[in-house]
Amino acid sequence: MKANCWYGKHDLQIRDVPDPKILNPRDAIIKITLTAICGSDLHLYDGYIPTMRHGDILGHEFMGEVVELGSGVHNLKIGDRVVVPFPIACGNCFFCERQMFSLCENSNPNAWMAEKLWGHSPCGIFGYSHLVGGYAGGQAQYARVPYADVGPLKVPDELTDEQVLFLSDILPTGYMAAEQCNIQPGDTIAVWGCGPVGQFAIKSAYLLGAERVIAIDRVPERLRMAREKAGAVTINYEEANVYDTLMEMTGGRGPDACIDAVGMEAHMPGPLYAYDRVKQAMMLETGRPIALREAIMACRNGGTVSVPGVYGGLIDKVPFGSIMNRALTIKTGQTHVHRYLRPLLERIQNGQIDPTFIITHRLRLEDAPEAFETFKNKQDECVKVVMRPN
Amino acid sequence: MRGARALGWFSIGLGAAELLAPRQLGRLIGVRGHEMLIRSMGAREIAAGIAVLLEKRPVRSMTGRVAGDAVDLALLGAGLNSSRTEKGKLGGAIGAVAAVTALDVLCAVKLRNGASSNTIRTVQTIAVNRSPEDCYRFWRNLESLPRFMKHLESVRVTGDSRSHWVVTAPAGQKVEWDAELIQDTPNRIAWRSLEGADVNNSGSVEFESAPGGRGTIVKACIEYDPPGGKTGALIAKLFGEEPSVQAKMDLRRFKAVIETGEVPTIEGQSSGRVLSST
Repeated sequence: MKANCWYGKHDLQIRDVPDPKILNPRDAIIKITLTAICGSDLHLYDGYIPTMRHGDILGHEFMGEVVELGSGVHNLKIGDRVVVPFPIACGNCFFCERQMFSLCENSNPNAWMAEKLWGHSPCGIFGYSHLVGGYAGGQAQYARVPYADVGPLKVPDELTDEQVLFLSDILPTGYMAAEQCNIQPGDTIAVWGCGPVGQFAIKSAYLLGAERVIAIDRVPERLRMAREKAGAVTINYEEANVYDTLMEMTGGRGPDACIDAVGMEAHMPGPLYAYDRVKQAMMLETGRPIALREAIMACRNGGTVSVPGVYGGLIDKVPFGSIMNRALTIKTGQTHVHRYLRPLLERIQNGQIDPTFIITHRLRLEDAPEAFETFKNKQDECVKVVMRPN
Repeated sequence: MRGARALGWFSIGLGAAELLAPRQLGRLIGVRGHEMLIRSMGAREIAAGIAVLLEKRPVRSMTGRVAGDAVDLALLGAGLNSSRTEKGKLGGAIGAVAAVTALDVLCAVKLRNGASSNTIRTVQTIAVNRSPEDCYRFWRNLESLPRFMKHLESVRVTGDSRSHWVVTAPAGQKVEWDAELIQDTPNRIAWRSLEGADVNNSGSVEFESAPGGRGTIVKACIEYDPPGGKTGALIAKLFGEEPSVQAKMDLRRFKAVIETGEVPTIEGQSSGRVLSST
């Protein structure tokens, strides 16, 4: 089969690789009908996530048709159309039983690696480095899905692939980011980053009862999308001081909750950006937490900072004094996708949300290496790339 | 060992002084001229210090230090016959080096003695989302141990409390022993190898109810005497530098098998690597 393989920083190649095989009784093989590039794939592309190996197959947002089942999977049949959650979860452990699927204790065969870096290991993740299992990803024609009796969600025929694909990651991720804000009537929520997760966080915040959502970015078409499709008020951080503007809009109190949908490769004008860029290049910190710092400082006293943005290791100059003295709550984590699959499928079915509005590029799998470059540089008004590999 | 590390750092400090300020140092110990000689002694000193710091159990490099001390003492002693030295200061320097030599000898001897009786013991625990009874039952069926103990090829029950264990080593070689159960209660199983084993070893596993109905805390303790010779080398290769890591991974696999029915793996999956299959 063909697959998008990683060969180093900014070096992706479409290669012919062996078809996946069933390796464990609870595995399934999926023939992929639609797959996507995620913003978090860019951290791999830019070489910021350690333990990638040459030839690793990328991709963790995919769906398709069941073509082979292990002897232990009884709830799926050959031919079922399924969406696959990006976290790999066993369904049996302490965390899975408590619906914290992205913290599954059994799905990461390299848990010892993650323990060295993070103290404990999260779940295994498709196509996201050997730190989280080294599982082959879904930017390919086929993929092996472990614990297929737990993860994949059967989708109804009347919904198109594009309508349900984002249940695999970014729609639940944006939704969980908003849910973590514990939104109350009258709340103002500020969202840093108007990429796909940011867009879905805005939408979700409104669905969960926010009065007003303020979105922050610098890319004109993304700000326009946030205004026109998701209904946010926007701030272009290259044109206005974000903190001052937010204070002006909230009577000096600050947003009730702030969402960092940017993560470790933030941009920002000014010398602090150069400081973090240099430290990151010298491996003295692994992230540039510029959006995070701003979200913490802007958040109102006693408010919540929700962080769906990805961080890999260590970051500098996080204003913990601001968090402590002002009683902020920080909520974060890889998304417990399984928990949100059915409720969000329902919201799609009854028309409360149509996730297709973020798609700007419909390509072939062969175009993936070039599409990464376009997406990374936000050229051609690129917000979301989906690809049909078969 | 802390004494060895301190001596290692001392070497680097002294070596740096000899290398960077040979004239001043020479004056201090009552030797004029010979800057090149002092510099080269400094370089040797630094190398010796680094060697001591790099080794985990610096038996060899500490022995090297003792040899180095002998050279230093010989050179200083030769200085006593020269007309360009101040005998009083030089005598002091010889005294100081002799004291350090004594420390080095002591440290090297201590390390050597320690090396001969080093039973390796590791204790690891893991929380398992199953009852202590389930965990006991799974473990007590000794023939299923290879399902989660990576290097164990087979366990064959040969009698009431006896069993035969086979471990596969790289290059198709095998290490075998007979073992007997020495304790078998619902909360603890313990075993030890019998005479004639390739490797003397013993182990135990305990199943303790976790508070609040949160399953079981499993605690495994493995002990073995690494034998010398070829078998010893094989065992070292098998368990690597850290037998504790191996034991922890086996426990993790036990947890996965009993909780999910399988061990998570990527061995044999697709990739764009040419030769390897993972």
